[in-house]
Amino acid sequence: MGRYVIRRLVQMVPVFLGATFLIFVMVYAIGDPVSGLFGDRGPDPATAQALREEFDLDEPLPLQYVLYMGKIFTGDFGTAFNGQPVTQLMEHAFPISFRLMLVALVLEVVLGIALGVITGLRRGRSLDTSVLVATLVVIAVPTFVLGTTVQYVLGVKLGWIDPAVSPDPRLDELLVPGLILSLVSLAYVTRLTRTSVAENTRADYIRTAHAKGLPRRRVTVRHLLRNSLIPVVTYLGADVGNLMAGAIVTERIFNIQGVGYQLFQGILRQNSPTVVGFVVVLVLIFLLANLLVDVLYAVLDPRIRYV
Amino acid sequence: MSDATSAPPPMEAEEENAAKGLTAGTSSPDKDAPRGLWSDAWHDLRRNPIFVVSALLIVFLVVIALWPSLIATRDPQRCDLARSLQGPSAGHWFGFDTQGCDVYTRTVYGARASIAVGLCATVGVALVGAVVGGLAGFFGGFWDTLLSRLTDVFFGIPVVLGAIVFLSMISLSGIWPVVLVIAALSWPQVARIARGAVMTAKQHDYVQAARALGAGNARLLLRHIMPNAVAPVIVMATIMLGTFIALEATLSYLGVGLRPPTVSWGVDISAASDGMQFRNAPHILLYPAAALSLTVLAFIMLGDAVRDAIDPKLR
Repeated sequence: MGRYVIRRLVQMVPVFLGATFLIFVMVYAIGDPVSGLFGDRGPDPATAQALREEFDLDEPLPLQYVLYMGKIFTGDFGTAFNGQPVTQLMEHAFPISFRLMLVALVLEVVLGIALGVITGLRRGRSLDTSVLVATLVVIAVPTFVLGTTVQYVLGVKLGWIDPAVSPDPRLDELLVPGLILSLVSLAYVTRLTRTSVAENTRADYIRTAHAKGLPRRRVTVRHLLRNSLIPVVTYLGADVGNLMAGAIVTERIFNIQGVGYQLFQGILRQNSPTVVGFVVVLVLIFLLANLLVDVLYAVLDPRIRYV
Repeated sequence: MSDATSAPPPMEAEEENAAKGLTAGTSSPDKDAPRGLWSDAWHDLRRNPIFVVSALLIVFLVVIALWPSLIATRDPQRCDLARSLQGPSAGHWFGFDTQGCDVYTRTVYGARASIAVGLCATVGVALVGAVVGGLAGFFGGFWDTLLSRLTDVFFGIPVVLGAIVFLSMISLSGIWPVVLVIAALSWPQVARIARGAVMTAKQHDYVQAARALGAGNARLLLRHIMPNAVAPVIVMATIMLGTFIALEATLSYLGVGLRPPTVSWGVDISAASDGMQFRNAPHILLYPAAALSLTVLAFIMLGDAVRDAIDPKLR
């Protein structure tokens, strides 16, 4: 197990470098970070040259990347062009987004699995059908339409929630944005759990468990659920990426000043160090989440052995 | 209550088999001819109301996308500011948007961009994914390692994140950059599936037999392996089509996807929700959003139905 984790961590290194290099190329080779600073009026050549030297932009691209990554590993994510260190932006943004994603993830896991088990055990009944239809609608209606509508109805019309959250939001303020963020994933988790539960209720080990007289609750939780969760866990790993993307939309709707907000501001203002810095950290989180998922397999399914 | 968990399956399974034999025997005239995967799937699909409804809806949407003037006679770009935000009326069922454009005409014309992006991106994803995954699965060894790591690298970039970065850095407009970036970042999912399917198909006896008869790699891959490995790729691609249409709208909403003057549902929804303009005129948000949702729904249901037909195990 320990060796497996270490091997996977080592395998992650080239993937991490490759993915971040791609992002780096997009920002520094396709875009022009210096001219982005000056808007429509072209920069004075001397100033542009000085800026290029300051940010190592006069070096060839692969060397720029190496220099940049070198700095990152010493904790220096560079300065946004307005002089604010990128790490300072991160310190503020990441805890907020973390809270938002935590709310979303908890709602998604708890509600999604609960709904999935209930409908999976009652396939074909009216409750099952209505939940299935509801998940289809949730998947089809884009998050930003749902988000703006909910914000308008609950926040402006009814006044139940604040349409925009405070700069440093508490968990309860993030409940509605978190729900909006989690809805699509929640629908997928429900459908996956439902299929998986429905398939496993026919398995031999479930019949055996019933036959040896275990109480129903124990059969469902210990035998059925544990085996049915394997595909759900896979989905959750990939879903971290979806949540990150969804967070950009949700944070924009509810004016939450988290990672998505900072990233979006950085892109709008062509603030390359901010963009690359945030994306590098997000890619790292995404890869680690997927590693965590692979490790969780072993806990859920002892048949999977790692060498 | 207890029957839900403890129902012993044998009876059910037998009944099912009997029923299947019966329907197959009575309904298909060529009952003696063994049906292949595709004709079997088609047989199932024709009887699936969800498939029929979503397929009809999609045919309708594609016709509208190709010839929008069939049902909308006005010009989507001809707007009259004097009619800004006017509500629905007899001649203009969906009312007018902020710029005074006819919402009905724009909703009809919006189908083209959304469906074009979805279709082109899906074709791109399926091609790249099938080729990379197929080669990795077929040749194995060094090529597998190389291509799989490449797949991992692209898989490591969350799609929307990468799309926002890329699209905001280039200054091209139109649908092609959006198609390109969606395809470039989504193919790893297909490649992984294709690789697995090819690796399974490769081990079958008929592949060995064909090789023993002297078939070359190209012939093996194209004539024997691919036809038997392509089903999961097609299922994946159908489901992705719906999500790509939603993705285009999301990118347009964030201001990096399609931009006006391109007419698209995402552009119109973005304009409607900007500063909550829909507050006093809900119709400017409602109609493009409904059209978008209906389209996404149709493609997702189609994908579900196709998957059920091709892979009954997942039902």
